[in-house]
Amino acid sequence: MAGWIVIGIVVLLVLYVVYLYNKLVVLRNRINNAWSQIDVQLRRRYDLIPNLVEAVKGYASHEREVFERVTEARARAIAAGSVGEQSQAENMLTGALRSLFAVAEAYPQLRATENFQQLQEELSGTESKIAFARQFYNDTVLRYENLRQSFPTALLAGAFGFGGREYFEMEEAAREPVKVQF
Amino acid sequence: MYEHIERNARVTWLLLAFFVLLILALGYAVGEVSDVGYAALPVAAVVAGVSATSSYLYGDRLVLAVSGAREVSHDEQPFLHNTVEGLAIAAGIPKPRVYLIADSAPNAFATGRNPEHASIAVTTGLLEKLDRLELEGVLAHEMAHIQHMDIRLSTLVVVLVGMVALVSDWFWRSMRWGGRRRSRDGGGAAGLLALFALVLAIFAPLAAQLIRFAVSRRRELLADAGGAMLTRYPAGLASALAKLDADREPLEVANKATAHLYIVNPLKEWGGSLNSLFNTHPPIEERIRRLRDMAGPTADFPPAR
Repeated sequence: MAGWIVIGIVVLLVLYVVYLYNKLVVLRNRINNAWSQIDVQLRRRYDLIPNLVEAVKGYASHEREVFERVTEARARAIAAGSVGEQSQAENMLTGALRSLFAVAEAYPQLRATENFQQLQEELSGTESKIAFARQFYNDTVLRYENLRQSFPTALLAGAFGFGGREYFEMEEAAREPVKVQF
Repeated sequence: MYEHIERNARVTWLLLAFFVLLILALGYAVGEVSDVGYAALPVAAVVAGVSATSSYLYGDRLVLAVSGAREVSHDEQPFLHNTVEGLAIAAGIPKPRVYLIADSAPNAFATGRNPEHASIAVTTGLLEKLDRLELEGVLAHEMAHIQHMDIRLSTLVVVLVGMVALVSDWFWRSMRWGGRRRSRDGGGAAGLLALFALVLAIFAPLAAQLIRFAVSRRRELLADAGGAMLTRYPAGLASALAKLDADREPLEVANKATAHLYIVNPLKEWGGSLNSLFNTHPPIEERIRRLRDMAGPTADFPPAR
């Protein structure tokens, strides 16, 4: 009788461990999936930047410094490895792009071109998508970390090698209605 | 939220079962009063089966077609597409298809049977009258409806309620024909009118009750909250709701069967007992108040109107 009870308890314990393990796996996969969503949008941004630089160059070719900064920041962002590195590089790129748009401000003719307006719309759309993807990613990391660090999952996570995951920090764009000038 | 999704699934099946039974009962009634006899029963069974299945599978297309919605490409509406895509990413669901309704009354709805087969439709008036943050709030509200699986139920309700109206019409006509054959000797007209009134009396509140039963007003509040969670900016949706409420222009393509789909009541006719029966939306003031509570006391929030 006592033997059966012990067996029962052991079976329940094993089932519980399996349950927690699977939960960790599901969340880990979800984080990877969320990261690839961010990656898609980041890549989209990298693809847009050369066109944007070309468009501005046509009107303000002497602003070489700004173009170089953007190109360099872009290259560094593409090469970034870890999540922390990536967020640092992206913040630099955002800053460089801001100065590029500041240059464009001085050229009303440039801002009036359809090409530039399209690029600007796509870029701000992509940036808002990056922000949404980042939100989803960070929420998922939060859930994973909450589970991973709490007892008794923490024991399990250590034993099965579920490592910590980094949040993706990025400068928050100001919450302002985007003004599109025509 | 999960209880809400479960409730949606339960009510969907209940509604389908109720609908099939109703059609069968009507088939039986038609057989009784007309010369068709029991042949009406298998016909009704086929009608019920086919219409239930097709409204489940193609209800969204029907709703979009009835509302005069046209699918738009990314190039036509880049901001709309980018925002929908971003919100879908934030919600962790596939990007819904995007439709535009050519009407200057600002409104929007979502339809479909699951997040994989979902569409969001907005009016051109919405794009013109709202700023970008407000538009984002409205789209997030619709995204929350998709996420909560409200769309399947509300789409089904449109089709089934429309069908009930159709069937009651059919029922009335068969009564008239059957009646004419059996009592040629006058006095039929008064009896017919009485019957007509009876059928109307049964079906109109039934349809209204159906809508009210299926689409709890809570789901709008839940979608508001879910939308605010997606944008992390309740003020955007709140300010949009205030604007939509202040706009008195009725949406021409909307009707009583589709009104409950929209983010705010598109019919704009208040008062009257029948209208309050069909009133499927919670008062705007309450929705804005709740969004303000979500934002917290320190948040910058547009002043109340």
